[in-house]
Amino acid sequence: MKLDLEHSLASMKAQLASYCEQKNIEDAIVVGIHSGGVWVAEQLMSAVPTQDPLATLDITFYRDDFTKAGLNPKVNQTLLPAIEDRHVILVDDVLMSGRTIRAAMNEVFDFGRPASITLAILYDLGQHELPIAADIVGERLTLNSDQRIKLSGPKPLSVSVIETR
Amino acid sequence: MMRSEPRALQLNEHGQLKHFLTLDGLDKTILTEILDRADSFLSMGEQSVKKVPLLRGRTVVNLFFENSTRTRTTFELAAKRLSADVINLNIETSATSKGESLLDTLKNLEAMQSDMFVVRHSDSGAAHFIAEHCTPNVAIINAGDGRHAHPTQAMLDMLTIRRHKGRFEGLKVAIVGDILHSRVARSQLQALTTLGVSEVRLVGPKTLVPSFFEEMGATICHDLEAGLKDVDVVVMLRLQKERMKGALLPSESEFYRLYGLTEETLAWAKPDAIVMHPGPINRGVEISSEVADGDHSVILNQVTNGIAVRMAVMSMAMSGQLQRDDMPVARGEK
Repeated sequence: MKLDLEHSLASMKAQLASYCEQKNIEDAIVVGIHSGGVWVAEQLMSAVPTQDPLATLDITFYRDDFTKAGLNPKVNQTLLPAIEDRHVILVDDVLMSGRTIRAAMNEVFDFGRPASITLAILYDLGQHELPIAADIVGERLTLNSDQRIKLSGPKPLSVSVIETR
Repeated sequence: MMRSEPRALQLNEHGQLKHFLTLDGLDKTILTEILDRADSFLSMGEQSVKKVPLLRGRTVVNLFFENSTRTRTTFELAAKRLSADVINLNIETSATSKGESLLDTLKNLEAMQSDMFVVRHSDSGAAHFIAEHCTPNVAIINAGDGRHAHPTQAMLDMLTIRRHKGRFEGLKVAIVGDILHSRVARSQLQALTTLGVSEVRLVGPKTLVPSFFEEMGATICHDLEAGLKDVDVVVMLRLQKERMKGALLPSESEFYRLYGLTEETLAWAKPDAIVMHPGPINRGVEISSEVADGDHSVILNQVTNGIAVRMAVMSMAMSGQLQRDDMPVARGEK
């Protein structure tokens, strides 16, 4: 499967700019979810009306599979400004089950009550296990059960489909 | 019964922490992981809700056979910030004082589906004994046992040093006071040595700083000026007043005159040296108020760091208990 990363990012930028205009979002906080989401969010900053630098979120302490899989050995720092009544644009590289996004939203709310959360995803794999859908999608993909998306970055940012078997 | 080696008892088959009893046998990688994770928890202080759901639904029992309000409170707060349910048991005034054996008390607590025991005991090796005899899947954290170890106190001191100095390599550290009776000093010495400081000096009178500590890699100093000369970190230990009556020390005032940290004696250390103390402080016995409250003091930072370190250790031990051979090592599904 050949993926056109540039095209997907350009599509996301156009959708975001239009979305913010339509929703009257004038000063948003862009939040990338570690690690792929941060790399994608860096690419989107120019399309978003914002005064703030890119914020980052690590959802390790909010995962719902701690009792099954234990603690992720590597935790990146969560860096969020005051988000009370601010519009948050949450960015990740892949939306699969939706559990990462659920965890990310729980964490965001522990920093305050945002005015809104917009979800921007580079690749939506359509395997949702929770009622969570993205507002902005770079590309919708259908993968075989043994295939995964691998985003590498941050510079250069590249994407590939890997076989897990 | 043969005692298990500390390393074998503390680590699971993946080399991850499942109990935290002593720093003896733990390598630099694990100590650094504790510090890194504690750093992550420290940044949580910026949240309006200072709590994460990591141990939600887990039960932590603070099992204190020896009284310590400060340590118990920080463990309780750490567990609560991880969303665990916490029970505090002061055993001095409960079951064992009615004649129940330690093992019977343990079995009862296990039957209440506890997931973690935080143990403080006046006997060296108590936490180790409990770890050997408790049911699998219950994590044991040593909150101080006799003269043996106080590993979380040592690790919060390491976090404080790293956050202020940015490194361990090349540092000179002086630990001053009652080394003989101090489980804190023993654990600190192990941690500092493992993490690679240049020199650890143990400073105090001959009666309180025995020479066998040299075998553990320390330099012994019975003169305060020589001990503090050019050090980057000064760790003052609490002088336990109850020992003043014995033959180990002439008097409080004599000790303060010879080994007390004042602005004058601190001047022997490097100009940017930090001053630490595990608390509670005896002002005018081991340290002056001017120094305890002065610019070099990081004593209150130690308290804040203590909660983060205890969160780190608790979450890692619980994670290590949950890891099984048939489970994948930590990964995430999107």
